[in-house]
Amino acid sequence: MSEMRRVTAICNGTVVDHIPAGKALQVMQMLRVDVGRSNPISLVMNVPSGKAGRKDVLKIEDRELTQEELDRLALIAPNASVAIIRNFSVAEKRQIELGSELVNIARCSFWNCITQNSREPLPHKLRVISAEPLDLRCSYCGRSQSIDDLAKSIL
Amino acid sequence: MSALGFVGGHGMSDLITMDDLSNDEILEILDTAERLLPVANGDVYAPLLQGKVLGNLFFENSTRTRMSFESAMKRLGGEVVNLSSVGSSVAKGETLYDTMQMVDGYSDIAVIRHPRQGAAQYSADAIGIPILNAGDGAGNHPTQTMLDLFTIRQAHGTLDGLNVVLVGDLRYGRTTHSLSHALARFGAKLTLVSPDSLRMPTEIVGDLQSHDTEVIESEDLSGSIADADVIYMTRIQKERFPDEDEYAKVAGIYKMTADNLAEAKGGMIVMHPLPRVDEIDPSVDSTKHARYFQQAFNGVPTRMALLCRSLGVDVPMEVGE
Repeated sequence: MSEMRRVTAICNGTVVDHIPAGKALQVMQMLRVDVGRSNPISLVMNVPSGKAGRKDVLKIEDRELTQEELDRLALIAPNASVAIIRNFSVAEKRQIELGSELVNIARCSFWNCITQNSREPLPHKLRVISAEPLDLRCSYCGRSQSIDDLAKSIL
Repeated sequence: MSALGFVGGHGMSDLITMDDLSNDEILEILDTAERLLPVANGDVYAPLLQGKVLGNLFFENSTRTRMSFESAMKRLGGEVVNLSSVGSSVAKGETLYDTMQMVDGYSDIAVIRHPRQGAAQYSADAIGIPILNAGDGAGNHPTQTMLDLFTIRQAHGTLDGLNVVLVGDLRYGRTTHSLSHALARFGAKLTLVSPDSLRMPTEIVGDLQSHDTEVIESEDLSGSIADADVIYMTRIQKERFPDEDEYAKVAGIYKMTADNLAEAKGGMIVMHPLPRVDEIDPSVDSTKHARYFQQAFNGVPTRMALLCRSLGVDVPMEVGE
Protein backbone atom coordinates (compact mmCIF):
# COMPACT_ATOMS: atom_id res chain seq x y z
CA MET A 1 0.00 0.00 0.00
CA SER A 2 1.47 3.41 -0.86
CA GLU A 3 1.72 6.02 1.83
CA MET A 4 -0.55 8.33 -0.19
CA ARG A 5 -3.45 6.03 0.54
CA ARG A 6 -2.80 6.15 4.25
CA VAL A 7 -3.43 9.88 4.40
CA THR A 8 -5.78 11.99 2.36
CA ALA A 9 -4.23 14.17 -0.33
CA ILE A 10 -4.01 17.80 0.73
CA CYS A 11 -5.43 20.69 -1.24
CA ASN A 12 -2.83 23.32 -0.35
CA GLY A 13 0.32 23.15 1.76
CA THR A 14 3.66 21.35 2.01
CA VAL A 15 4.54 17.66 1.81
CA VAL A 16 7.86 16.55 3.23
CA ASP A 17 8.64 13.07 1.97
CA HIS A 18 11.51 10.63 2.52
CA ILE A 19 12.18 11.68 6.11
CA PRO A 20 14.37 9.02 7.80
CA ALA A 21 12.08 6.56 9.61
CA GLY A 22 11.27 7.69 13.13
CA LYS A 23 12.49 11.27 12.67
CA ALA A 24 9.20 12.95 11.73
CA LEU A 25 8.50 14.20 15.26
CA GLN A 26 11.95 15.76 15.40
CA VAL A 27 11.33 17.34 12.00
CA MET A 28 8.11 18.88 13.33
CA GLN A 29 10.06 20.23 16.27
CA MET A 30 12.74 21.64 13.96
CA LEU A 31 10.16 23.28 11.72
CA ARG A 32 8.30 24.58 14.78
CA VAL A 33 5.02 23.31 13.36
CA ASP A 34 4.28 21.28 16.49
CA VAL A 35 3.18 24.15 18.73
CA GLY A 36 1.08 27.26 18.55
CA ARG A 37 -0.49 26.66 15.14
CA SER A 38 -3.87 25.47 13.97
CA ASN A 39 -2.91 24.05 10.57
CA PRO A 40 -3.95 20.42 10.17
CA ILE A 41 -0.87 18.19 10.06
CA SER A 42 -0.80 14.57 8.94
CA LEU A 43 2.02 12.32 9.92
CA VAL A 44 2.84 8.83 8.78
CA MET A 45 5.76 6.93 10.20
CA ASN A 46 7.68 3.82 9.23
CA VAL A 47 5.96 3.32 5.88
CA PRO A 48 7.75 1.17 3.27
CA SER A 49 10.05 3.07 0.94
CA GLY A 50 11.87 1.83 -2.14
CA LYS A 51 14.88 4.08 -1.43
CA ALA A 52 15.42 3.72 2.27
CA GLY A 53 13.43 0.68 3.34
CA ARG A 54 11.25 2.73 5.67
CA LYS A 55 10.45 6.41 5.82
CA ASP A 56 8.28 9.04 7.48
CA VAL A 57 6.06 11.54 5.63
CA LEU A 58 4.69 14.85 6.88
CA LYS A 59 1.82 16.81 5.30
CA ILE A 60 1.21 20.34 6.51
CA GLU A 61 -2.00 21.88 5.23
CA ASP A 62 -2.51 25.51 4.25
CA ARG A 63 1.08 26.46 4.86
CA GLU A 64 3.94 26.77 2.39
CA LEU A 65 7.20 26.39 4.25
CA THR A 66 9.85 28.94 3.37
CA GLN A 67 13.29 28.00 2.11
CA GLU A 68 14.77 29.19 5.43
CA GLU A 69 12.44 26.84 7.32
CA LEU A 70 13.26 24.00 4.98
CA ASP A 71 16.98 24.51 5.41
CA ARG A 72 16.51 23.45 9.02
CA LEU A 73 15.54 20.06 7.68
CA ALA A 74 19.02 19.54 6.33
CA LEU A 75 20.14 18.88 9.88
CA ILE A 76 18.11 15.70 10.31
CA ALA A 77 16.66 14.86 6.92
CA PRO A 78 19.14 16.03 4.28
CA ASN A 79 17.69 13.66 1.69
CA ALA A 80 14.03 14.53 2.26
CA SER A 81 12.06 15.79 -0.72
CA VAL A 82 9.72 18.73 -0.39
CA ALA A 83 6.72 19.56 -2.53
CA ILE A 84 4.57 22.66 -2.35
CA ILE A 85 0.98 21.67 -3.11
CA ARG A 86 -1.54 24.03 -4.64
CA ASN A 87 -5.01 22.86 -5.62
CA PHE A 88 -4.08 19.18 -5.13
CA SER A 89 -1.13 19.42 -7.56
CA VAL A 90 2.60 19.71 -7.02
CA ALA A 91 3.25 23.36 -7.79
CA GLU A 92 6.93 23.46 -6.78
CA LYS A 93 9.64 21.14 -5.64
CA ARG A 94 12.12 22.63 -3.23
CA GLN A 95 15.65 21.55 -2.48
CA ILE A 96 17.05 21.08 0.97
CA GLU A 97 20.56 22.40 1.28
CA LEU A 98 23.01 22.33 4.12
CA GLY A 99 25.04 25.50 3.68
CA SER A 100 28.35 26.24 5.33
CA GLU A 101 26.77 28.14 8.22
CA LEU A 102 23.35 28.04 9.91
CA VAL A 103 22.31 31.46 11.14
CA ASN A 104 19.60 31.86 13.79
CA ILE A 105 18.36 28.30 13.37
CA ALA A 106 19.33 27.06 16.82
CA ARG A 107 21.08 28.29 19.92
CA CYS A 108 24.42 26.73 20.91
CA SER A 109 23.70 24.04 23.48
CA PHE A 110 26.91 24.55 25.51
CA TRP A 111 26.03 25.94 28.93
CA ASN A 112 29.00 28.32 29.08
CA CYS A 113 28.85 29.74 25.56
CA ILE A 114 28.71 33.54 25.31
CA THR A 115 25.43 33.20 23.40
CA GLN A 116 23.71 31.73 26.47
CA ASN A 117 23.10 35.32 27.60
CA SER A 118 19.79 35.94 25.87
CA ARG A 119 20.42 39.70 25.87
CA GLU A 120 23.48 39.42 23.63
CA PRO A 121 22.21 40.66 20.25
CA LEU A 122 24.46 39.02 17.63
CA PRO A 123 22.95 36.15 15.61
CA HIS A 124 23.32 32.53 16.67
CA LYS A 125 25.64 30.84 14.21
CA LEU A 126 26.60 27.21 13.72
CA ARG A 127 29.33 26.27 11.31
CA VAL A 128 29.07 23.09 9.24
CA ILE A 129 32.44 21.37 9.61
CA SER A 130 31.32 18.19 7.87
CA ALA A 131 28.02 17.17 6.29
CA GLU A 132 28.63 13.41 6.38
CA PRO A 133 28.96 12.54 9.19
CA LEU A 134 27.26 15.69 10.39
CA ASP A 135 29.62 17.82 12.49
CA LEU A 136 28.26 21.21 13.55
CA ARG A 137 30.10 23.58 15.82
CA CYS A 138 29.13 26.87 17.36
CA SER A 139 30.81 29.66 15.39
CA TYR A 140 31.67 31.44 18.64
CA CYS A 141 32.69 28.81 21.18
CA GLY A 142 33.64 26.01 18.77
CA ARG A 143 31.73 23.31 20.66
CA SER A 144 30.28 20.36 18.74
CA GLN A 145 26.49 20.19 18.79
CA SER A 146 24.39 17.06 18.96
CA ILE A 147 21.19 16.99 16.91
CA ASP A 148 19.17 16.03 19.98
CA ASP A 149 20.42 19.08 21.86
CA LEU A 150 19.84 21.34 18.87
CA ALA A 151 16.27 20.14 18.48
CA LYS A 152 15.69 21.47 22.01
CA SER A 153 17.41 24.78 21.18
CA ILE A 154 15.59 25.70 18.00
CA LEU A 155 14.97 29.43 17.73
CA MET B 1 37.47 25.64 6.79
CA SER B 2 40.46 25.64 9.10
CA ALA B 3 43.18 23.03 9.06
CA LEU B 4 41.88 21.20 12.11
CA GLY B 5 38.24 21.93 11.55
CA PHE B 6 38.29 24.36 14.43
CA VAL B 7 36.38 27.59 14.39
CA GLY B 8 38.64 30.60 14.07
CA GLY B 9 38.65 34.37 13.69
CA HIS B 10 37.58 36.16 10.55
CA GLY B 11 40.27 38.71 9.88
CA MET B 12 44.02 38.74 9.34
CA SER B 13 44.36 40.95 12.38
CA ASP B 14 42.34 38.92 14.91
CA LEU B 15 43.82 36.02 16.86
CA ILE B 16 41.01 33.89 18.29
CA THR B 17 42.34 30.34 17.91
CA MET B 18 45.63 28.92 16.66
CA ASP B 19 43.88 28.04 13.42
CA ASP B 20 44.01 31.73 12.56
CA LEU B 21 47.75 31.25 11.94
CA SER B 22 49.50 29.07 9.39
CA ASN B 23 52.68 27.27 10.42
CA ASP B 24 54.73 29.77 8.42
CA GLU B 25 52.99 32.67 10.17
CA ILE B 26 53.69 31.08 13.56
CA LEU B 27 57.40 30.79 12.75
CA GLU B 28 57.49 34.33 11.40
CA ILE B 29 55.93 35.68 14.62
CA LEU B 30 58.43 33.71 16.72
CA ASP B 31 61.29 35.18 14.64
CA THR B 32 59.89 38.66 15.21
CA ALA B 33 59.59 37.98 18.95
CA GLU B 34 63.24 36.95 19.02
CA ARG B 35 64.26 40.23 17.40
CA LEU B 36 62.22 42.06 20.04
CA LEU B 37 63.94 40.36 23.00
CA PRO B 38 66.26 43.34 23.71
CA VAL B 39 63.20 45.61 23.81
CA ALA B 40 61.35 43.20 26.10
CA ASN B 41 64.40 43.14 28.40
CA GLY B 42 64.43 46.93 28.54
CA ASP B 43 67.89 47.14 26.93
CA VAL B 44 66.62 48.86 23.80
CA TYR B 45 63.78 51.34 23.42
CA ALA B 46 61.84 50.94 20.18
CA PRO B 47 58.65 53.05 20.09
CA LEU B 48 57.09 51.08 17.24
CA LEU B 49 53.58 51.44 18.67
CA GLN B 50 53.75 55.08 19.72
CA GLY B 51 50.34 56.71 19.43
CA LYS B 52 48.50 53.39 19.63
CA VAL B 53 46.15 52.43 22.48
CA LEU B 54 45.57 48.89 23.72
CA GLY B 55 42.28 48.04 25.44
CA ASN B 56 43.15 45.43 28.08
CA LEU B 57 39.82 43.79 28.92
CA PHE B 58 39.94 41.30 31.75
CA PHE B 59 36.58 39.93 32.81
CA GLU B 60 38.45 37.22 34.71
CA ASN B 61 41.52 37.20 36.95
CA SER B 62 44.95 37.41 35.38
CA THR B 63 48.49 38.17 36.47
CA ARG B 64 50.91 37.24 33.69
CA THR B 65 48.74 37.74 30.64
CA ARG B 66 47.50 41.15 31.69
CA MET B 67 50.88 42.41 32.89
CA SER B 68 52.85 41.05 29.95
CA PHE B 69 50.46 42.64 27.44
CA GLU B 70 50.71 45.93 29.30
CA SER B 71 54.49 45.66 29.50
CA ALA B 72 54.71 44.74 25.81
CA MET B 73 52.60 47.71 24.75
CA LYS B 74 54.43 50.19 26.98
CA ARG B 75 57.92 49.03 26.03
CA LEU B 76 56.92 49.64 22.41
CA GLY B 77 55.83 53.18 23.25
CA GLY B 78 52.05 52.53 23.22
CA GLU B 79 49.40 53.28 25.81
CA VAL B 80 47.04 50.95 27.69
CA VAL B 81 43.50 51.43 28.96
CA ASN B 82 42.24 48.76 31.33
CA LEU B 83 38.83 47.30 32.06
CA SER B 84 37.91 44.82 34.77
CA SER B 85 34.45 43.40 35.23
CA VAL B 86 34.60 44.49 38.87
CA GLY B 87 33.99 48.21 39.09
CA SER B 88 32.71 48.60 35.53
CA SER B 89 29.25 48.56 33.93
CA VAL B 90 29.71 44.84 33.30
CA ALA B 91 28.81 44.40 36.98
CA LYS B 92 25.58 46.29 36.23
CA GLY B 93 24.59 43.75 33.59
CA GLU B 94 25.92 45.40 30.43
CA THR B 95 26.13 43.00 27.51
CA LEU B 96 29.50 42.14 26.02
CA TYR B 97 28.25 43.58 22.74
CA ASP B 98 27.61 47.00 24.28
CA THR B 99 30.90 46.97 26.21
CA MET B 100 32.78 46.21 23.00
CA GLN B 101 31.17 49.15 21.20
CA MET B 102 32.85 51.42 23.77
CA VAL B 103 36.16 49.63 23.44
CA ASP B 104 35.98 50.12 19.67
CA GLY B 105 35.97 53.86 20.26
CA TYR B 106 38.57 54.00 22.99
CA SER B 107 41.36 51.83 21.58
CA ASP B 108 43.13 50.61 18.44
CA ILE B 109 43.38 46.96 19.47
CA ALA B 110 41.81 44.91 22.28
CA VAL B 111 42.91 41.95 24.35
CA ILE B 112 40.04 40.09 25.97
CA ARG B 113 39.82 37.45 28.69
CA HIS B 114 36.33 36.32 29.55
CA PRO B 115 34.81 33.46 31.56
CA ARG B 116 32.37 32.62 28.74
CA GLN B 117 33.64 30.45 25.90
CA GLY B 118 33.33 32.11 22.51
CA ALA B 119 33.55 35.64 23.96
CA ALA B 120 36.61 36.54 21.87
CA GLN B 121 35.05 35.48 18.56
CA TYR B 122 31.85 37.23 19.57
CA SER B 123 33.83 40.42 20.23
CA ALA B 124 35.63 40.12 16.90
CA ASP B 125 32.25 39.88 15.18
CA ALA B 126 30.89 42.81 17.18
CA ILE B 127 33.54 45.44 16.37
CA GLY B 128 36.15 46.34 13.80
CA ILE B 129 39.41 46.75 15.75
CA PRO B 130 41.71 43.71 16.04
CA ILE B 131 40.87 41.30 18.87
CA LEU B 132 43.42 39.07 20.59
CA ASN B 133 41.95 36.21 22.62
CA ALA B 134 43.59 36.06 26.05
CA GLY B 135 41.45 33.14 27.21
CA ASP B 136 37.74 32.45 26.78
CA GLY B 137 36.35 30.11 29.43
CA ALA B 138 37.72 26.64 28.82
CA GLY B 139 38.11 27.45 25.11
CA ASN B 140 41.34 28.84 23.68
CA HIS B 141 44.34 30.84 24.75
CA PRO B 142 46.38 31.32 21.58
CA THR B 143 48.73 34.06 22.80
CA GLN B 144 49.77 31.70 25.62
CA THR B 145 50.39 29.05 22.99
CA MET B 146 52.61 31.42 21.04
CA LEU B 147 54.76 32.09 24.08
CA ASP B 148 54.79 28.37 24.84
CA LEU B 149 56.01 27.65 21.31
CA PHE B 150 58.61 30.41 21.66
CA THR B 151 59.88 28.77 24.86
CA ILE B 152 59.95 25.31 23.32
CA ARG B 153 61.85 26.52 20.25
CA GLN B 154 64.25 28.47 22.46
CA ALA B 155 65.11 25.23 24.30
CA HIS B 156 65.09 22.72 21.44
CA GLY B 157 65.91 24.88 18.43
CA THR B 158 62.89 23.49 16.59
CA LEU B 159 59.18 22.79 16.95
CA ASP B 160 59.24 19.75 14.71
CA GLY B 161 58.61 16.21 15.89
CA LEU B 162 58.94 16.72 19.64
CA ASN B 163 57.66 14.36 22.29
CA VAL B 164 55.39 16.51 24.47
CA VAL B 165 53.58 15.41 27.62
CA LEU B 166 50.60 17.52 28.69
CA VAL B 167 49.61 16.96 32.31
CA GLY B 168 46.70 17.84 34.58
CA ASP B 169 43.41 19.48 33.73
CA LEU B 170 43.10 18.76 30.04
CA ARG B 171 39.33 19.03 30.05
CA TYR B 172 39.00 22.61 31.17
CA GLY B 173 42.56 23.77 30.47
CA ARG B 174 42.40 26.19 27.56
CA THR B 175 46.19 26.46 27.36
CA THR B 176 46.51 22.77 26.56
CA HIS B 177 43.64 22.93 24.04
CA SER B 178 45.39 25.61 22.00
CA LEU B 179 48.87 24.17 22.47
CA SER B 180 47.92 20.64 21.44
CA HIS B 181 46.36 21.93 18.21
CA ALA B 182 49.51 23.86 17.38
CA LEU B 183 51.95 21.06 18.28
CA ALA B 184 49.97 18.60 16.18
CA ARG B 185 50.63 20.76 13.16
CA PHE B 186 54.37 20.50 13.80
CA GLY B 187 54.31 16.72 13.99
CA ALA B 188 54.57 16.32 17.76
CA LYS B 189 53.90 13.08 19.56
CA LEU B 190 51.46 13.97 22.33
CA THR B 191 50.98 12.15 25.61
CA LEU B 192 47.91 13.39 27.46
CA VAL B 193 48.14 12.65 31.19
CA SER B 194 45.05 13.38 33.26
CA PRO B 195 42.59 11.76 35.63
CA ASP B 196 39.69 10.20 33.78
CA SER B 197 37.30 13.01 34.74
CA LEU B 198 39.64 15.63 33.25
CA ARG B 199 40.51 14.00 29.93
CA MET B 200 40.98 16.12 26.84
CA PRO B 201 37.57 16.69 25.17
CA THR B 202 36.92 13.97 22.61
CA GLU B 203 36.36 16.46 19.81
CA ILE B 204 39.87 17.85 20.35
CA VAL B 205 41.43 14.38 20.51
CA GLY B 206 39.52 13.57 17.31
CA ASP B 207 40.87 16.71 15.65
CA LEU B 208 44.42 15.84 16.69
CA GLN B 209 44.14 12.27 15.45
CA SER B 210 42.60 13.34 12.16
CA HIS B 211 45.83 15.26 11.65
CA ASP B 212 47.83 11.99 11.92
CA THR B 213 49.17 12.99 15.32
CA GLU B 214 50.24 10.16 17.59
CA VAL B 215 48.15 10.69 20.73
CA ILE B 216 48.49 8.57 23.86
CA GLU B 217 46.09 9.08 26.76
CA SER B 218 47.21 7.99 30.23
CA GLU B 219 46.57 8.60 33.91
CA ASP B 220 50.22 7.91 34.83
CA LEU B 221 52.79 10.69 34.73
CA SER B 222 55.86 8.78 35.96
CA GLY B 223 55.97 6.46 32.94
CA SER B 224 55.98 9.40 30.53
CA ILE B 225 58.96 11.35 31.90
CA ALA B 226 61.96 9.44 30.45
CA ASP B 227 61.10 9.95 26.78
CA ALA B 228 59.74 13.48 27.02
CA ASP B 229 61.26 16.56 25.38
CA VAL B 230 58.72 18.79 27.10
CA ILE B 231 56.53 18.19 30.14
CA TYR B 232 53.77 20.77 30.31
CA MET B 233 52.18 20.80 33.77
CA THR B 234 48.85 22.52 34.45
CA ARG B 235 46.87 23.37 37.53
CA ILE B 236 43.63 21.60 38.34
CA GLN B 237 41.38 24.64 38.00
CA LYS B 238 38.93 24.77 40.86
CA GLU B 239 37.04 27.67 39.28
CA ARG B 240 36.14 25.65 36.17
CA PHE B 241 34.39 22.82 38.04
CA PRO B 242 30.60 22.99 38.08
CA ASP B 243 30.71 20.71 41.16
CA GLU B 244 33.04 21.15 44.17
CA ASP B 245 32.92 17.43 45.08
CA GLU B 246 34.28 16.55 41.64
CA TYR B 247 37.14 19.00 42.22
CA ALA B 248 37.97 17.45 45.60
CA LYS B 249 38.38 14.02 44.00
CA VAL B 250 41.22 15.14 41.71
CA ALA B 251 42.85 18.09 43.50
CA GLY B 252 46.57 17.48 44.01
CA ILE B 253 46.64 14.30 41.92
CA TYR B 254 49.91 15.14 40.13
CA LYS B 255 52.93 16.44 42.01
CA MET B 256 56.29 16.75 40.33
CA THR B 257 59.44 16.91 42.48
CA ALA B 258 63.12 17.16 41.53
CA ASP B 259 63.49 13.46 42.40
CA ASN B 260 60.92 12.53 39.72
CA LEU B 261 63.21 13.99 37.08
CA ALA B 262 66.19 11.66 37.63
CA GLU B 263 65.32 9.65 34.49
CA ALA B 264 64.59 12.69 32.31
CA LYS B 265 66.60 13.55 29.20
CA GLY B 266 69.18 16.29 29.77
CA GLY B 267 67.42 18.74 27.46
CA MET B 268 63.92 18.04 28.71
CA ILE B 269 62.11 21.17 29.91
CA VAL B 270 59.31 21.50 32.44
CA MET B 271 56.78 24.17 31.57
CA HIS B 272 53.69 25.52 33.31
CA PRO B 273 51.38 28.39 32.30
CA LEU B 274 51.24 29.38 36.01
CA PRO B 275 49.90 29.99 38.57
CA ARG B 276 50.93 26.70 40.15
CA VAL B 277 49.43 25.38 43.34
CA ASP B 278 51.21 22.17 44.33
CA GLU B 279 51.71 20.36 41.03
CA ILE B 280 55.35 21.45 40.75
CA ASP B 281 57.36 21.30 43.95
CA PRO B 282 59.75 24.25 44.50
CA SER B 283 62.59 21.71 44.45
CA VAL B 284 62.17 21.61 40.65
CA ASP B 285 62.86 25.35 40.36
CA SER B 286 66.61 24.97 40.74
CA THR B 287 66.96 22.09 38.27
CA LYS B 288 68.15 22.60 34.69
CA HIS B 289 64.72 21.44 33.53
CA ALA B 290 62.65 24.25 35.04
CA ARG B 291 61.56 26.71 32.38
CA TYR B 292 58.27 28.16 33.67
CA PHE B 293 59.56 31.51 34.88
CA GLN B 294 61.45 32.04 31.62
CA GLN B 295 58.23 30.99 29.88
CA ALA B 296 56.29 33.70 31.75
CA PHE B 297 58.83 36.34 30.72
CA ASN B 298 58.59 35.17 27.10
CA GLY B 299 55.05 36.49 27.11
CA VAL B 300 56.46 39.98 26.64
CA PRO B 301 58.43 39.58 23.36
CA THR B 302 55.82 37.20 21.95
CA ARG B 303 52.94 39.55 22.70
CA MET B 304 54.97 42.46 21.31
CA ALA B 305 55.26 40.57 18.04
CA LEU B 306 51.52 39.79 18.05
CA LEU B 307 50.55 43.40 18.78
CA CYS B 308 52.76 44.65 15.94
CA ARG B 309 51.34 42.08 13.54
CA SER B 310 47.72 42.85 14.33
CA LEU B 311 48.31 46.59 14.08
CA GLY B 312 50.12 46.19 10.77
CA VAL B 313 53.42 47.55 12.09
CA ASP B 314 56.57 46.08 10.56
CA VAL B 315 59.35 45.17 12.96
CA PRO B 316 62.75 45.97 11.41
CA MET B 317 65.31 43.18 11.05
CA GLU B 318 67.62 45.13 13.39
CA VAL B 319 65.45 46.51 16.18
CA GLY B 320 66.67 49.74 17.76
CA GLU B 321 69.08 50.69 14.99
